Amino acid sequence: MNSYAQHEHHDFLNAVRQALADPPLQAALVRLTSTLMAGNRRGYAALADIDALRDHAKLIKEHTLAYLDRYLEQLEMSVQKQGGHVHWASDAEEARQIVLGIARQTNSRRIVKSKSMTSEEIHLNPALEAAGLEVTETDFGEFIIQLAGERPSHLVAPAVHHTRESIARILSKYSGETLPDEAQVLAQAGRRLLRKKFAQADMGISGVNFAVAETGTIVLISNEGNARLTTTCPRIHVALMGIEKVLPRWGDLPVFLKLLARAATGQALSVYTTLITGPRRRGETDGPEEFHLVLLDNGRSRVLATPFRESLQCIRCGACLNACPVYRRIGGHAYGGVYSGPIGSILTPLYDSVVDNPHLPHASSLCGACQAACPVKINIPHMLIGLRELQTHQRGKSRWEKLTYHLAAAVLQRPWLYRLGLRCARLVLRPLAHEGWLRHLPGPGTAWTEARDFPAPAPRSFREQWRQLR
Amino acid sequence: MKVSLLVTCLSDALFPEVGIATVRVLRRLGIAVDFPQAQTCCGQPHFNSGYHDDARVLARHTLRTFANGQTVVVPSGSCAAMIKLEYPHLFHEDPVWHPRALDMARRTHELSDFLVNVLGVEDVGARYEGKVTYHMACHLRGLGLRTEPERLLQRVKGLEYVPLERADECCGFGGSFSVRYPGISGAMVQDKAAFIEKTGVSAVVATDAGCLMNIAGCLRRRGSAIRTLHLAQVLEKT
Repeated sequence: MNSYAQHEHHDFLNAVRQALADPPLQAALVRLTSTLMAGNRRGYAALADIDALRDHAKLIKEHTLAYLDRYLEQLEMSVQKQGGHVHWASDAEEARQIVLGIARQTNSRRIVKSKSMTSEEIHLNPALEAAGLEVTETDFGEFIIQLAGERPSHLVAPAVHHTRESIARILSKYSGETLPDEAQVLAQAGRRLLRKKFAQADMGISGVNFAVAETGTIVLISNEGNARLTTTCPRIHVALMGIEKVLPRWGDLPVFLKLLARAATGQALSVYTTLITGPRRRGETDGPEEFHLVLLDNGRSRVLATPFRESLQCIRCGACLNACPVYRRIGGHAYGGVYSGPIGSILTPLYDSVVDNPHLPHASSLCGACQAACPVKINIPHMLIGLRELQTHQRGKSRWEKLTYHLAAAVLQRPWLYRLGLRCARLVLRPLAHEGWLRHLPGPGTAWTEARDFPAPAPRSFREQWRQLR
Repeated sequence: MKVSLLVTCLSDALFPEVGIATVRVLRRLGIAVDFPQAQTCCGQPHFNSGYHDDARVLARHTLRTFANGQTVVVPSGSCAAMIKLEYPHLFHEDPVWHPRALDMARRTHELSDFLVNVLGVEDVGARYEGKVTYHMACHLRGLGLRTEPERLLQRVKGLEYVPLERADECCGFGGSFSVRYPGISGAMVQDKAAFIEKTGVSAVVATDAGCLMNIAGCLRRRGSAIRTLHLAQVLEKT
């Protein structure tokens, strides 16, 4: 099992059942996703050329991926020219060792982190803590779930599954004070607690939203200001990025800066857009002494060679989560992996294993809301179908299901057999119907009739009535 | 003008009135309609579940059945999307069938698309007395048909149109999704039914039999008297 995976494979069906039966979670998900979706639509509607902008962004991503090696090498040269260090990590274990190595060499014991899903992907925190280092998440939501020992449940709002009450409880336990469940008080308490950590930290670890190959600049998008403090106060700054985050030129940045916050929340720009080019330079008063960029592969170059390479265009905005009617009802934890929602349903099977994640590609009605919301128009439904297709070739796949579909195809390609089949279905089902509807279907059909009635075949099919119509 | 009707397997077997209404609406607008009898199913269920070889067999059957060069009208966004968007994709490595797929894709239209964008008509001379709301079927998204069905409904005389909350949110059908994940699907359709009931309408309209079957089954189970109608059934009334 590669290091991307959860430690045990996740019972999706059970997790879904629990989520559906959790009213506070349901309420929180509806609130969050409605707000962010409305923001996404408003954000897009405010730009007259939004369609062209998204197409442009997609083109840049496609081009970058086609020449990924060239741009990564250019990025390395540019960062080094600015006095930064670049490390190449082929997998999660190598990435963890690199970060630990930097901590050891720089005598860093206290670490602050701004939000980085990539660091979640490589399970960085447990490795740092096992080495005796103190790690503090500084994004308020990430801070809460770190204290609660949980994983993030949304790309942008990691603690969405919590309420004010649960947050108050968690913060009170940590700080030793009894905090009321009021948003302002809790935010101020978080600010107080985290300020100390920023001041004392030796190393700050951040993610990277975009990295510009031409200039060696990394871009951080944040709302709380913690990314600024994380990357400015400590002596050492380590930035962790998936290799697909590179952009070719400085001039490509505005395209993505116009899109990311709009897609994620509807903001024209996030509160802070931080552009970092190398460590503190001679004469500057702020900034880290050392800047380290860790380039993470961890399966990305493998995916690049497959029809699923479009998934590498993702800019991790979370719009697909907010648009998805399934995510809205089951929340992020049910997906089992680091990334949830529609994009997670593709990434987890791809990077973990298709065989061990049988449900994720299927737990979608293929409604396409994700693609419609995605700033780079990623065709998520297509890739979900592609994963389903991969699954049909697996030996473990239900033989009965395969047989049923093959049989159905055999019938449907022979009009006489199709007409006969229809007549048989009618003969069997109509007597069981009440006013043309069935309350119970046999076999797998019971799943349907749990929630709704099923229509019985009509007494005369359309084609039987065509003669009169003609 | 003459068109071929692709009635869809769901309409043929379960809701023949949809096919009949479609034919009547088209004829009223002076369009002659034929019905290639060999048609069965466009292959979407197989395609969506990953059985692409089977889907190609059914696609070839459909392509052969409709190889008459005529415009094809389909009272279903999902079948139209399958033909227009997925058939070319299914055969992209096949030099014989790819051009045939592209050809059929080009001349196939979902009903509201045909009426509004091909015939250029929004008022089809229909009359329907009653309060009606509209659920947007998901496949219309991929086809770029954001407003056509509503525009047609709003020109129906006597029809009081009430917008539906979260109208473009999936009803939870999704084909096999509804039986593989009944908990999630059930939650989605219950929400949809609740929004529909909230509007106080006497009927909900959609362009797809899959959605209608799902929503109708749920409304019935909830004891609701709200009717579910296909767009064609409303446009047919005079």
